[in-house]
Amino acid sequence: MGYIEDKNNFAIQTFNITRKFGNLTAVDGVNLGVKKGEIFSLLGPNGAGKTTIIKMLCCLLRPTGGTGAIMGYDIQEEPLAVKSIIGISPQETAISLHLNSLENLELICGVYGMSKEETKKRSEEILELMSLTKRAKDRAGKLSGGMQRRLSIAMALVSDPLVLFLDEPTLGLDPQARRSMWEQIAGLKGKKTILLTTHYLEEADALADRIAIIDEGKIIALGTSGELKNKIQDKQIMIVKAKNLTHEAIEGLRKIYPDAREIEGGVEIRAKEISFERIVNYLHSEGTKIESTLIKEPSLDDVFLQLTGKEIRE
Amino acid sequence: MRFAALASRNLKETVREPLSVVFEIGLPLIFMLMFWALGKNLGEDMFTATMQLPAVVIFGFSFLMSISAITLARDRQSTLFLRLLTTPLKSGDFIAAYSLPYVLIAIFQIAVCFAMAALLGLEIIGNIGIVFLIFILMAVCLIGLGMFIGSIFTENQANIAGSAVIVFVAVLGGCWMPLKFVGGVFESIGYALPFAHAIDAARNVLNGSTLGDVSIDLLWVIGYTVAFFILGAVCLGWKTKE
Repeated sequence: MGYIEDKNNFAIQTFNITRKFGNLTAVDGVNLGVKKGEIFSLLGPNGAGKTTIIKMLCCLLRPTGGTGAIMGYDIQEEPLAVKSIIGISPQETAISLHLNSLENLELICGVYGMSKEETKKRSEEILELMSLTKRAKDRAGKLSGGMQRRLSIAMALVSDPLVLFLDEPTLGLDPQARRSMWEQIAGLKGKKTILLTTHYLEEADALADRIAIIDEGKIIALGTSGELKNKIQDKQIMIVKAKNLTHEAIEGLRKIYPDAREIEGGVEIRAKEISFERIVNYLHSEGTKIESTLIKEPSLDDVFLQLTGKEIRE
Repeated sequence: MRFAALASRNLKETVREPLSVVFEIGLPLIFMLMFWALGKNLGEDMFTATMQLPAVVIFGFSFLMSISAITLARDRQSTLFLRLLTTPLKSGDFIAAYSLPYVLIAIFQIAVCFAMAALLGLEIIGNIGIVFLIFILMAVCLIGLGMFIGSIFTENQANIAGSAVIVFVAVLGGCWMPLKFVGGVFESIGYALPFAHAIDAARNVLNGSTLGDVSIDLLWVIGYTVAFFILGAVCLGWKTKE
């Protein structure tokens, strides 16, 4: 049973996939289906099991329970078939430092058995796509961190894989390099099936068609960014920055909005419905000098907080 | 031929590291020059170019072994190796890619050492082909040992193990001092290993011995070469499947 029938047009499927390390269950019966051409994000804190799922799907680690399939090929029974259609950019930059950018790409083309002509064509295309053409002949060790990461992703793409695994693709990059990387990944939307792991909420929000929130090896929520945000009960969040905000004033506010909490230099109020006027009038009556107010939409951070009771970066 | 791409990368990684070139090529030549000058001053036959060539070549291979072991151990800990394990490369491809480039470097080492020895008065009475065969066998033997060390140890451990082998080759191989001068248990250990057999055999053939004359030494070398290479290949193959 090497080939798993693909009725639902899924590029990646997991069937109750589990991985235990001794007594620790890193991945606990995860069921996923990633559609062809979709950018799908696994979002969760460090140690949630994201990388373990990717390692199992890339045939680097055998599941201790359940299984998975890439384009219908069982990861345990048809590893060579799986390996010939996937590309991976691991969490750390995976490049050969003494080779130049072009030689790194040629290395990957070579191990996939591509012809010289095909290698030249694909390498040039991918260097262009990743904005590395000008640095093609520069040793990889001399490139900046952001460029090395782009080269690492270019190496995952150069064999023209059907399914691409990007494990924390922007980890450790500065904000500018991260934005640039997002643009490169967004450019692949619809062309490749991408499984992206991240613990940056804004990254999943900006790039993914669908997001699975994972914590302690289990999927705790799955949907589009909008669907996930709609799951949370507190539809509105108001942040008030103020001077002379006393403990008594906050306690009084809690009688109206029980989830009001003190934050640095102000108060945060979460509720299904918030009355701006009522809050401002109340705080004024308590002698508080309001500096600013902000009503914001719930973020994925809020979703994670509500589902797990902890911040994603804890 | 998928292995060729990785083999080519491994060759480039090694030759583009200046220290590797110094240790693999420069150091053996310096040793040859140094002992040749010593021999000239002392009038000692042990240090003629003909006697030094086998010692310097095989001593040079011990550095090659150490560098190949460190490279493999470092690669195994790298995410690039992880990436390569997700490609269609098979265990045999990894074994070929982590051995063949070093055989090429070994051939280059042999050529450079021959050239230097020729400049210093090398005399070849016997069959040069047999000498070359002995050298290639020892290269494969030590590359196999390097593959074994690189497969089971971390980079730091491989560094230490590689240094230990270099000392064994120099002292117990009889590179700079005949083992009979050491005598006792160390002579026995030396002749239980392949290095002294290879150096003795090559020296004897250069001085006119035939294949038959050195067959016992050659059997020791072949036995160790087969054993070390299989050991290295099995360990690396196992690591790529682990």
